Amino acid sequence: MIFNLKEHIQLLIDIKQSLKLSIIIIGLLNALPLAASPDQDQAAFRKYYQHVFPKLKLADYANGVYAIDKIARQSWSAIEEFPPYEPAIEQGKKLFNTPFANGRHYADCFANKGLGIANGYPKWGKSQGEVITLAKAINDCRARQQEPALAYEKSDMINILAYMAYASRGKPINVTIPKDDQRALAAYEQGKAFYYQRKGQLNFSCTTCHVQNAGKKLRSEILSASLGHTNNWPTYRLKWGEIGSLHRRFAECLTQIKAKPLPEQSVEFRNLEYFLSYMGNGVPVTGPSTRK
Amino acid sequence: MQTPTSAIKQAENPGKQITFSRDKGNCLACHEIEDGESPGNIGPALKNLPSRFNNKKQLRDQIWDATRFNPETSMPPFGKNKIISEIEIDQVVDYLWGIK
Ligand code: HEC
Ligand code: HEC
Repeated sequence: MIFNLKEHIQLLIDIKQSLKLSIIIIGLLNALPLAASPDQDQAAFRKYYQHVFPKLKLADYANGVYAIDKIARQSWSAIEEFPPYEPAIEQGKKLFNTPFANGRHYADCFANKGLGIANGYPKWGKSQGEVITLAKAINDCRARQQEPALAYEKSDMINILAYMAYASRGKPINVTIPKDDQRALAAYEQGKAFYYQRKGQLNFSCTTCHVQNAGKKLRSEILSASLGHTNNWPTYRLKWGEIGSLHRRFAECLTQIKAKPLPEQSVEFRNLEYFLSYMGNGVPVTGPSTRK
Repeated sequence: MQTPTSAIKQAENPGKQITFSRDKGNCLACHEIEDGESPGNIGPALKNLPSRFNNKKQLRDQIWDATRFNPETSMPPFGKNKIISEIEIDQVVDYLWGIK
């Protein structure tokens, strides 16, 4: 890859400075008028990646590492022709349409009967005061219908997510941070801080691999850009031999750097998903998908 | 599976073994190093190090904690964070110092 090193470094500095700004904002949350900083972050991210991968359009990032790894892309395309996640979509559809004990359905809990809406998640939950991912919204729905929660890592939940993602395919991610609730911006900022914070025995941050070294090789693995990291879930990974969630992937990257993995749907992971999804706004949903 | 001969070879050069091994240095993840297979390209190729460092101590310092020389580095602090032991770092230094 040939590019201007000086400009590359300047763009990295731009992203970092916008981070510093946000830390100051967290510190002075009550004193400062809220700056439009998520938009600035998003612009800095896009500018940086555009510089590193001048040929990629925003929608291309939906394919993760296969947008930049031409060789791996071939075997991936072959797998996608007979997708191993198909049973998950079918199972999910069945579960989604099965009535609860009270006769109501998942469709009664969501806008547009729950179809074509996955791209709007995570959402800020004003009444709950926290980030509501689609998985959490499914369990919130169940609670309202007097049904027990589904375990986040188990197949029922993953299959319903697979069906809802499938019913939203092609729709651009459209995550919003409402301006009328400062806690929404604070959650976004926490997700962002997590993304940048070095951790684990190896002392890496998520940005070390997916921003600073995106496109480079770690052993034989090319590192993907963070744009579009949330759009292809749940994903069937050959390594797992099954379909799993975005938060499971987060946990795996943490384990890789010998940091403590967090549970699925922990506040930290939901805030992280909020930040990453906002960065990836506009990238179309491709879930469920497959990855190595 | 290790063949007896490769086990003997590695025992002869513990520094090389630590440098290549995924659960030790795993330096190949980021650096090209002589006959190492599928190296990454995050850091520079490791060769001719005596022409880049004045002495072994300086090379050791880089491996012990690369953040001292570049706070934004992607290289893990192998000594500071006890990713490999002090003795293992010395063995890695001895091995790398000899690569042309
Ligand atoms: C040591 C390097 C490294 C670090 C640090 C790292 N990752 Fe990864 N990550 C990888 C590799 C390698 C892959 C698989 C190839 C790819 O898609 O980049 C991956 C894949 C992913 C994927 C899946 C992308 C897809 O298209 O399916 C997500 C999401 C992700 N990482 C998020 C994170 C987050 C969040 C962090 C920080 C908590 C993080 N990563 C830290 C190396 C890293
Ligand atoms: C995840 C990436 C990564 C790993 C793993 C890694 N390095 Fe590095 N290394 C780098 C980078 C990047 C540089 C470039 C200088 C900098 O950014 O600090 C570097 C620089 C160096 C240098 C200085 C080279 C020069 O000519 O200036 C030496 C020596 C070195 N590494 C040795 C090692 C050894 C030995 C190991 C394993 C025990 C190792 N590295 C593991 C990323 C890595």
